Amino acid sequence: MDHDRRDALRRGGGLTLLTLVAAAGWLPRGAAAETWNKDAFSTKSLDETMKALRGSAPVASKDIVFFSTPDIAENGAVVPIGITSNVPKTESIAILVEKNPNMLSAVFDVPAGTEPSLSTRIKMGQTSNVYALVKADGKYFVNSKEIKVTLGGCGG
Amino acid sequence: MADPMKIRANVVGDSTEVKVLMSHEMETGQRKDAQGKVIPAWFIQNVRVVHNDKVVLAAQWGPSVAKNPFLSFKFKGGAKGDKIRITWVDNHNDTRTDEATIA
Amino acid sequence: MPGMIRRIVAASAVVCVFAGVVADVFAQSTADEIAKYRDALQDGNPAELWEARGEEMWKTPRGPKHVAFASCDLGQGAGVVKGAYAQLPRYFADAGRVMDLETRLVWCMVNQQGYTHADATKTVFGNGSAKRSDLEALAAYVTSRSQGVKMNVPLDEPHVHDMYALGEKMFYYRGGTHDFACATCHGDDGKRIRLQDLPNLTKVEGAQKAYTTWPAYRVSQGELRTFQWRLNDCFRQQRFPELVFGSDASIALTAYLAGRANGAEYRGPAIKR
Repeated sequence: MDHDRRDALRRGGGLTLLTLVAAAGWLPRGAAAETWNKDAFSTKSLDETMKALRGSAPVASKDIVFFSTPDIAENGAVVPIGITSNVPKTESIAILVEKNPNMLSAVFDVPAGTEPSLSTRIKMGQTSNVYALVKADGKYFVNSKEIKVTLGGCGG
Repeated sequence: MADPMKIRANVVGDSTEVKVLMSHEMETGQRKDAQGKVIPAWFIQNVRVVHNDKVVLAAQWGPSVAKNPFLSFKFKGGAKGDKIRITWVDNHNDTRTDEATIA
Repeated sequence: MPGMIRRIVAASAVVCVFAGVVADVFAQSTADEIAKYRDALQDGNPAELWEARGEEMWKTPRGPKHVAFASCDLGQGAGVVKGAYAQLPRYFADAGRVMDLETRLVWCMVNQQGYTHADATKTVFGNGSAKRSDLEALAAYVTSRSQGVKMNVPLDEPHVHDMYALGEKMFYYRGGTHDFACATCHGDDGKRIRLQDLPNLTKVEGAQKAYTTWPAYRVSQGELRTFQWRLNDCFRQQRFPELVFGSDASIALTAYLAGRANGAEYRGPAIKR
């Protein structure tokens, strides 16, 4: 842990964080500043999401597989999701939840050399379809799975 | 100040398996407090994992990633003793970077 | 007509048996899927974030007297953490009391680090970043260093023995507005609160399985919860008066349940729904 660096960040004031991060040599050379696609994270449907991602309608694909993803989540606050893409030239993997207030949960850019397979945990407000959306060679592919959410008992 | 991440990086076959836990509220912006006031959204937006100056994973997250996020993935290469560095940035522009040694 | 009635009864009996089978199959597959859900959470337990924070706190001089926990004796010698939780609660001569882990940590904070009791306990039962609990983090660290160690609460020691006996009495004592005892919910197999199976703590296996998996990260709350919290919340659900943190009543119940877990490997901090 490097206290000095973080202290430097705190004192940074006017400078933007990313400038500092880049200046401190934390970002790899030539890396672009972080971007966050606000439009894509504000959508209510798959169509809208695809528009925000500037992608065409995704093709259903069985080459996208869910692993360690239960059919029933005992608690919607933590739902484990594992996705492997066997689609050649996979560039990114996204997780979308149909019935969440905003559909898109996460997008992972998978550079060459990184296995197109990852697991994480998301929140689900209710029973819903979960989409695994894959971008490969510029095209989009999708598979989905229904996860039932039980809310569990009272308090304790 | 954000707490340190808990990072595990292990060589498995010809890949390095990375598992990381981050300490973060991941507040959705949908919840209300006892007074009925909306609790503002507060969540990690970007995650970046770097090995030898190369980005091996970059993510954009929304507020529906679970509290105290967990992430696991593998990348090719990486040797015992190499360092990996993980950075997150949240929507308050708070950030945290931690390093781990591949075992 | 008796014949027709018999046929109707027979037919409905078939329907009932069939429905029963379907319900059982459904219940079984639901239980299997929830078991899978719980399995999927085991890898990457956020309790580790509390453990890491607790370890840092354990090793750093703290409080008005600027003293580290290196001088705190959890029963295995000053500063010794490994295996300590598996032998708690125990009697501490310097305090003249039987203490569980949390109570002992508070004692060290007050008597060695110079905190007031109020300061030492003001953040117990944490609540997000608004109320981050130091004691929960310390408890997560200490308990994690007993993983794989067999529970061995010193029940032969007279003070502990007395507390165990008192805890047993409390466990079966009915009271409160709902005339509940701990045993009302935890005294038989197959009891539930809504979908939650409740352990039968009167059986050794039930007590072992329950006690050795606290503290736990509760995914429903996003918090690390300790055994003091578990008892406190059971009292709330029973509509009992509040169980005071670190009180002899809380330690007696802990001594009873920890003692009944003797012989089982400690497996916490765990992760639960």
